[in-house]
Amino acid sequence: MQLIYTPEQQAFANEVRAFTRETLDPAVARKVLEGARLGREDFLGWHRSLHRKGWVGAGWPREFGGPGWDAVRQHIFDEVTADEGAPPLIPFGLRMVAPVIMAFGSKAQQARFLPRILSGEDWWCQGYSEPGSGSDLASLKCRADRDGDHYVVNGQKTWTTLGHFADWIFCLVRTASEGRPQEGISFLLIDMKSPGITVRPILMLDQEHEVNEVWFDDVRVPVDNRVGEENKGWTYAKFLLGHERTGIAGVGRAKRIVKRLWHVARQARSDGRPLIDDTRFRDRLAQVEIELRALEITLLRVLAAEAEKKTPGPEASILKIRGSEIQQTLTELTMLAAGPAALPYVREGEAGAPDVPWLSDEAFRFASGHYFNFRKTTIYGGSNEIQRNIIAQHVLGL
Amino acid sequence: MDFRLTEEQRALADTVGRFIERDYGFEARWSMLRSPEGWSRGRWQRLAELGLTALPVPERAGGLGGGGVETMLVMEAFGRGLVLEPWLGCAFLPARLLSALDSGPEARSWLEGIAAGERLLAVAFTEPEQRYERAPVETRAVVEGEGWRLTGRKVSVLGGDAADTLLVTALIDGEAGTSLFAVRADAPGVTRYPYPLQDGTRGADLAFDRVPAQRVGPPGGAGPALEWALDAATAALCAEGVGVMDALVRRTVDYLKTRRQFGRPIGANQALQHRAVDMLIETEMARSMAIEAALAADDDDPARRARAIAAAKFTVARACRFVGQQAVQLHGGIGVTHELDVSHFFKRATVISLTFGDADWQLARYGEALRAAA
Ligand SMILES: Cc1cc2nc3c(=O)[nH]c(=O)nc-3n(C[C@H](O)[C@H](O)[C@H](O)COP(=O)(O)OP(=O)(O)OC[C@H]3O[C@@H](n4cnc5c(N)ncnc54)[C@H](O)[C@@H]3O)c2cc1C
Repeated sequence: MQLIYTPEQQAFANEVRAFTRETLDPAVARKVLEGARLGREDFLGWHRSLHRKGWVGAGWPREFGGPGWDAVRQHIFDEVTADEGAPPLIPFGLRMVAPVIMAFGSKAQQARFLPRILSGEDWWCQGYSEPGSGSDLASLKCRADRDGDHYVVNGQKTWTTLGHFADWIFCLVRTASEGRPQEGISFLLIDMKSPGITVRPILMLDQEHEVNEVWFDDVRVPVDNRVGEENKGWTYAKFLLGHERTGIAGVGRAKRIVKRLWHVARQARSDGRPLIDDTRFRDRLAQVEIELRALEITLLRVLAAEAEKKTPGPEASILKIRGSEIQQTLTELTMLAAGPAALPYVREGEAGAPDVPWLSDEAFRFASGHYFNFRKTTIYGGSNEIQRNIIAQHVLGL
Repeated sequence: MDFRLTEEQRALADTVGRFIERDYGFEARWSMLRSPEGWSRGRWQRLAELGLTALPVPERAGGLGGGGVETMLVMEAFGRGLVLEPWLGCAFLPARLLSALDSGPEARSWLEGIAAGERLLAVAFTEPEQRYERAPVETRAVVEGEGWRLTGRKVSVLGGDAADTLLVTALIDGEAGTSLFAVRADAPGVTRYPYPLQDGTRGADLAFDRVPAQRVGPPGGAGPALEWALDAATAALCAEGVGVMDALVRRTVDYLKTRRQFGRPIGANQALQHRAVDMLIETEMARSMAIEAALAADDDDPARRARAIAAAKFTVARACRFVGQQAVQLHGGIGVTHELDVSHFFKRATVISLTFGDADWQLARYGEALRAAA
């Protein structure tokens, strides 16, 4: 039992940090540290640098081009790059659809899609949720009717994160309506350039464009783009959700924000003294840091277990619950630190922050916008209520 | 002990309630939000016709002399309708401040202007590097030739974007306490940085560079009046918070009954039922404390008043946080969209909880008041 890094692990951390400092575009790093909204190229530039280095595909087997890191190295990589202000690697391709294609896709699908996911050539988005099917995903209605060697897809997906950037969407579609709803679902890979697809923005409560509605109107999809068997898509979808939940904890990013908050608490003033002297605030910050440490060690435990038996177990739901709550607490503390100065509505990427010296500290500019936006973390990826149901049923046997 | 409203108070509540119903549909509010000023001068006139701009002005200055309970009734309704007009910032707060200072013919004419709905004033007291402090540290006024000149910066000024006259706190030589000055918003040397807040209401940061200013009230003696006015405004905000929470609870309960997942209303899940119950409990606790705050707002014992209002704002700020967060959570994805009014109520609830002192600050204030009394 050992919680500090071995000399090799420490050397790896140093290598990742040196590479990140050398390679990451400082303009992108600044945006990330400020919490400004990132464009498509901001994500992809970093992705491509990593790909050249052979560092994309953490968690992928070597045969598919992964770097072959163990759980600890993956964690070190996430933590160090987040700390340096690297954008996250978008999970929809790398962490979601790729494991499904590896586990259930045909050789031809693996050869066609995986290299382009690894290189960042294809941006993927996730087409699961529908207006009437969120928590109850199995009730989905988006239809795929067989027509020769094609499916014809009709219906609507919604909440599609960054769908406006995407080249491909992986979708759960209904291919049969008999039996249990879970039994008539198939898993399709759909080219976003297909005729009949319309993407419409949904504005989030901070007035940012991040999610979309995706409409399908007689969209023809080759049967070759179905992963696995017809009507077995639910099994693949559940497999994928397990992967989504480990990635979603956001430990690396949270550690960066905690660090930043300590800095902010030293800068900001309250009643004429540094905010850090206010024990109410300092205790809140200390508390979330402790909670984050507990989460981090739990994450390492889950990753280690995963490395042995491959599929994340239901305990991954714990990570999602705690990780999302901690992320929300951090946005809230940042907002509380700023106080009323956090309240002006400043559009991301625009200057014009209020005339408050320490507010020009980037950390504050988007403080309340982030607080509002991050309410999403307890809703997406399976809401925290649904996660608790999963734990109650599958871990506690209730 | 009597929780009943008088005849007049009931009539006032009905009047404001009808105004909200008729003039404050979500669509109407949308178009105001998108307008350059962010609110409607036409509706301000309606408020004046209904007597609401006169409500916080004392009778001796042509107003209706409404007290804490009347203010509470108005603000609760404003909360339910998410009213955008700067009544609190540009009418209530300056009227309370001016009437507490009892200061000369000029102040009287401002009060009359507020009562008639013709003038908008704003109170500028927070400075950069301050969060919730109420005393100036940087802004100064000095005598130059004929009169005073004011130099300094103020931030987070409610209604500071729209006001024609600004009541600005400042320090003067030889006086430890707070002094108050009036400056014309269009005077040379005034720079305004107006902005919308996250909830669509408006404010401004202000810079003053040797601006001609007129002293209001005794030199160094405006502090107690400012405290009183801010306490009363805090009590008013508590009531608005209750109105916002009422709206959130109602919408959430409706949604729990109508949204179906897994073949039944999501409200059939006990986990969500209990959450909705907790939202209701928080709202009712907040309502009780808002009543106490409304009555305390008229109390001229500063210590008693501060304690009751700090307790109320603490309760309301915490409740606004919980009720706002849970309303969004229980709506799922649709709850985090700009399109649905729930997110707008949530943002208003958040702004309320952070205005004039957040929960932590109020708790500290309450504790200090207790210690001072012990
Ligand atoms: C910002 C954001 C990004 C997203 N990105 C994507 C994406 O890229 N692709 C995608 O497919 N989807 C995405 N989603 C959709 C997300 O997965 C759904 O919002 C989520 O599953 C909840 O579904 P819903 O919004 O329909 O809420 P509902 O399912 O209607 O739930 C409403 C409320 O009821 C609760 N509830 C429902 N059932 C139960 C129950 N049985 N027990 C207890 N409580 C219950 C929920 O927890 C929630 O609080 C995204 C959502 C958001 C907010």
